[in-house]
Amino acid sequence: MAEADGSSRPFAGLSDVSISEDIPVEGDISMPPAGPSAQDDGFSTLDEPVRDTVLRDLRAVGNKFVHVLYPKQSKALLRDWDLWGPLLLCVTLALLLQGGSADSKEDGGPQFAEVFVVIWFGSVIITLNSKLLGGTISFFQSLCVLGYCIMPLTVAMVVCRVVLLGGSGPASFAVRLVVVCASFGWSTFASTAFLADSQPPNRKALVVYPVFLFYFVIGWMILTFSPSQ
Amino acid sequence: MATTKDPFEFQEFEEAESLLEENRDAITINMDDVNESQKQRPGMNEDQESLLSNDDKAELLSGPQKNAPFWSFDYYQKFFDVDTHQVRSRIIGSVMPWPGKNFIDVYIRRNPDLYGPFWICATLVFAIAISGNISNFLVHLGKPNYKYVPEFRKVTIAATAIYCYAWLVPLALWGLLLWRNNKVMNLVTYSFMEIVCVYGYSLAIYIPAVVLWIIPSDGLRWVTGLVALCLSGSVLLLTFWPAVRDDHLRVSIAVMSAIVGLNILLAVASKSFHIKTLTTLQQPYMKLA
Repeated sequence: MAEADGSSRPFAGLSDVSISEDIPVEGDISMPPAGPSAQDDGFSTLDEPVRDTVLRDLRAVGNKFVHVLYPKQSKALLRDWDLWGPLLLCVTLALLLQGGSADSKEDGGPQFAEVFVVIWFGSVIITLNSKLLGGTISFFQSLCVLGYCIMPLTVAMVVCRVVLLGGSGPASFAVRLVVVCASFGWSTFASTAFLADSQPPNRKALVVYPVFLFYFVIGWMILTFSPSQ
Repeated sequence: MATTKDPFEFQEFEEAESLLEENRDAITINMDDVNESQKQRPGMNEDQESLLSNDDKAELLSGPQKNAPFWSFDYYQKFFDVDTHQVRSRIIGSVMPWPGKNFIDVYIRRNPDLYGPFWICATLVFAIAISGNISNFLVHLGKPNYKYVPEFRKVTIAATAIYCYAWLVPLALWGLLLWRNNKVMNLVTYSFMEIVCVYGYSLAIYIPAVVLWIIPSDGLRWVTGLVALCLSGSVLLLTFWPAVRDDHLRVSIAVMSAIVGLNILLAVASKSFHIKTLTTLQQPYMKLA
């Protein structure tokens, strides 16, 4: 700091920045961590056991499942999207739709690849459709929502398989019909609850209809599933 | 004047008048003059103006056009610029053809959309596959050793057939109309998207028809098939008649019958997904469900 006589400098009084000793200066000059950012995680999650990492992701996925079970207008599903849940559900559904008929010759049911393609291709088409119509949701957020909302239908598939163990007469068909209809309605309602707000108001029906068609087709595949004897 | 200016300094553009001072005889063009001269040109009559193709004029007259390349997302966004009530009125207009009301003129003009054709085709594909499966199942209901298989292959076949009809036939028709336009002056020209739109919306009547085909009654199937065929075919005919009526009679008749013929082909092909009903199959051991 240059020492100069105070009379010649115009702003003499302002240059006195000394602090009296009885006010302790404390704090940290370094940059505060910007919340749970990746950089912070990188430092602290590198050393944690693998089980913690896996459990954290599983907890996030499970949290989203709960959101689908009680669909309210919540931003959590949209904000922290991930595609683990949809992948899990899609693979489960495709495996369950296989049954034991993989090796029979006259099998007319959907193969694993067909179910996979229908679900993912359908989700992509619906997402493109809603974006073209002017929706403000991002591509992967929409994929995430559509994938997670398949969960009621997967549950219905499990119930159907259990019911089919007891026989495949008209009674079981009636039960399966009711279960599939209820889960189809639930899926459609849950996904529109999440997607509705991001669409322009006079085009909501245009965006909801493809979602309805998508879950209808998946529900149809579940309902017409017949195990090989 | 320029010598005293610093070359690195931004130089304001001089007014047109000061530029013209240097060369009074320079040829200038004023935008108003261009428009007026176009109107006064002697050879310009109604036909040639419409040869300019109404789409081009509308594009020039409409607001700022985003000339996005066709591989970009924005290019397709302008084909989805429809509201719910517009789509609904287009669908209703496609199932109620009115002589004199051209579908394209009344509903689509200047705003063809891809939403309707795409999702109507998708719905029709799944409707055909599902109702075919259901009617198949109902026919065999009660047979003791019938095992129902959901024939997923039907979906792929139906999808290929319907999307080919809804996209390749408009392409061929558009090419044909373009070719005839070069030979014969036509008052009305349609763009490719508008033709795709008409074909897409004209398939809308088949969806309830296909759903009604589940009911295993031959008479009902024929009646609904014919009604759907008539409605859909007349929408197409009424739309394309103004475009070909100025042509030689034989060519117009040929084009019209090709349109109707392909429509019939589609209806028959869809019906083939539904096998024959109870009355035609002799099933001595049918149990009443």
